[in-house]
Amino acid sequence: MILKTMSSGLVIQTVSKTFPSPTGPVRAVDNVSLTIQPNEFFTLLGPSGCGKTTLLRMIAGLDIPTSGSILLDNQDIAPLPAYQRPVNTVFQSYALFPHMTVTDNIAFGMKMQGKPKTEIDKAVKEALALVRLDDKGERMPAQLSGGQQQRVALARALVNHPKILLLDESLSALDYKLRKEMQIELKRLQRETGITFIFVTHDQDEALSMSDRIAVMEKGNVAQIGTPQEIYDRPATRFVADFIGICNFVKASSLGLNDNCDIGFRPEDASFTVGRGMGKGNIRHINYRGAVTHYIIELEGGETITLSEDDPQNVEVNDAVSLVIPPERLIRCTA
Amino acid sequence: MHGVRNAAPWLLSPFLMIMGVFFAAPLLLVVGYSFMTAHYPGGVEFPLTLDAYVKIFYDTDFDGNKVFDPSFLLICWKSLKLAGLCTILCLRAGFPMAYFMATRPPQQRNLWMMLVTIPFWTNLLIRTYSWILILRDEGLVNNILMSTGITSSPITLMCSDFAVGLGLLYSYLPFMVLPIYANLERMDWRLVEAASDLYATRWQTLRKVTIPLTMPGILAGSILVFIPSIGSFLAPQLLGCGQQMMLGNKIENLFGQGGDWPFGSAASVALMIIVMIGLMIMSRRGGIKELV
Ligand SMILES: Nc1ncnc2c1ncn2[C@@H]1O[C@H](COP(=O)(O)OP(=O)(O)OP(=O)(O)O)[C@@H](O)[C@H]1O
Ligand SMILES: [Mg+2]
Repeated sequence: MILKTMSSGLVIQTVSKTFPSPTGPVRAVDNVSLTIQPNEFFTLLGPSGCGKTTLLRMIAGLDIPTSGSILLDNQDIAPLPAYQRPVNTVFQSYALFPHMTVTDNIAFGMKMQGKPKTEIDKAVKEALALVRLDDKGERMPAQLSGGQQQRVALARALVNHPKILLLDESLSALDYKLRKEMQIELKRLQRETGITFIFVTHDQDEALSMSDRIAVMEKGNVAQIGTPQEIYDRPATRFVADFIGICNFVKASSLGLNDNCDIGFRPEDASFTVGRGMGKGNIRHINYRGAVTHYIIELEGGETITLSEDDPQNVEVNDAVSLVIPPERLIRCTA
Repeated sequence: MHGVRNAAPWLLSPFLMIMGVFFAAPLLLVVGYSFMTAHYPGGVEFPLTLDAYVKIFYDTDFDGNKVFDPSFLLICWKSLKLAGLCTILCLRAGFPMAYFMATRPPQQRNLWMMLVTIPFWTNLLIRTYSWILILRDEGLVNNILMSTGITSSPITLMCSDFAVGLGLLYSYLPFMVLPIYANLERMDWRLVEAASDLYATRWQTLRKVTIPLTMPGILAGSILVFIPSIGSFLAPQLLGCGQQMMLGNKIENLFGQGGDWPFGSAASVALMIIVMIGLMIMSRRGGIKELV
């Protein structure tokens, strides 16, 4: 425990990465600073092309930052080549070795480190069991489904017990059930092994349910870092609010507020009444979704918003209603 | 469906015909000749006989006795040795070249490829002659060595195994480079990154990932170098001054001045058998792995 508090995890300091391209340099990662605690489940969340993979590659040592530094437990790892970093990656494209069996793929890292054979055999067996591929050890990667390949890639990285495990959209090819199981499995692994997980995903539900903290990225920048709850409840920018969950944005005046910026609120935070409220509008659609019902309301200013209610309300399309939103649930974004 | 199936043999017939005329017929002719009797100074006649194959091992002395004569076998051995050596050297030199080319930016690769194929713009005979100008006693190498004072008298480079080997290496290197390059260029370099992420040094990555994945190219290159170099004719003739005879020269000699067509044919069959054995050794993947 003492050791854990002494080590300071992964510190990324003002790291930028610029790629040359025919249309001028591309800033894939722009002046990013992050501190990731030991044994944290840290998620990078953001739309396609925002620089998530590039940031991971710099941590792994596969790309060299154009500027900035990366410290692991107070040591600058910039001079270390990828093969000397205690970091392993589960690649977005899996990158399994096609000429090796599943077992040989998983054993590769330990073999390269010169671990004794008995230790390797034991660890590989455990890793195979962990990803539920006990009977597939002698297969070649091409003989596996996409989801199975992804699990081999996971086992191949985990078996080395790195300090940091980088996961680039590592559950995306799995079906819903297996994905949920693997999410729980990953969380358990992270708690039990003490490995720091840096997880990249597009999927906000996955990010919210698994992460200790999330960094939301936008065009090479970090838009916000915080716990899932902080990010959901107090998004720093409109981009974050939009990206995580659904968020309505309307002019302050539409809600009868005296402000010249846009105000946001979550569909589940607002409700409506036929009596007095914050802004007036008419119900345009009612979408029954099973657990919740969505009401699409057109405000008097012409803006369309979505509300969700757990229980169906006694209203019909074209009814006039007013919004009711607890003031502390209103989102005022700086940008 | 029915029509397509009926058409298939018909569509194949040009291919079968070409194979028949250019491949099977000459081969059968050679095999056939090798079992016939020599008609000096050229041509064959009946009866059928195994004489030609006996000549591979035995010579007939003045009294008409058969005595064991290893000279032909020695030529076979020398050809095998030189061709094998040439293949290994081409691989040693060609793989790094191909690797270098495949790791250049895409725009530059075509330029490098063109540079590798430049020798093909000139006839092999002329290129082999130009090696004589380089290697002979008054040639480029000796001129440089003597004018810089490294040696006082010319070193004899010509007419040696060294000169023949150099000529072979030079002639066939592009046949090794190009298939390996084609293979490396298609390779998924993300696998190399994955290997280095998994603690493999660059050397380990090369041995465990890059070379195994390039094996088809290495195999193709080795075959393309080994086959023509074992039957090579020009380099031993010109650079070996005819003294360092290889199988190709022996066969030429038997069909030409020697006038013994059946023996020439039997020698060709022997060459084919040696090539087949060589290919069998190579295509056992381990064989190539040890060469690298
Ligand atoms: N090698 C490269 N050369 C040029 N541009 C690159 C290179 N790698 C990435 N980029 C650019 O950098 C930006 C960030 O790419 P990156 O792969 O990090 O995105 P990402 O967030 O992982 O996206 P996705 O979710 O689709 O995987 C993109 O605009 C991409 O086009
Ligand atoms: Mg990516």
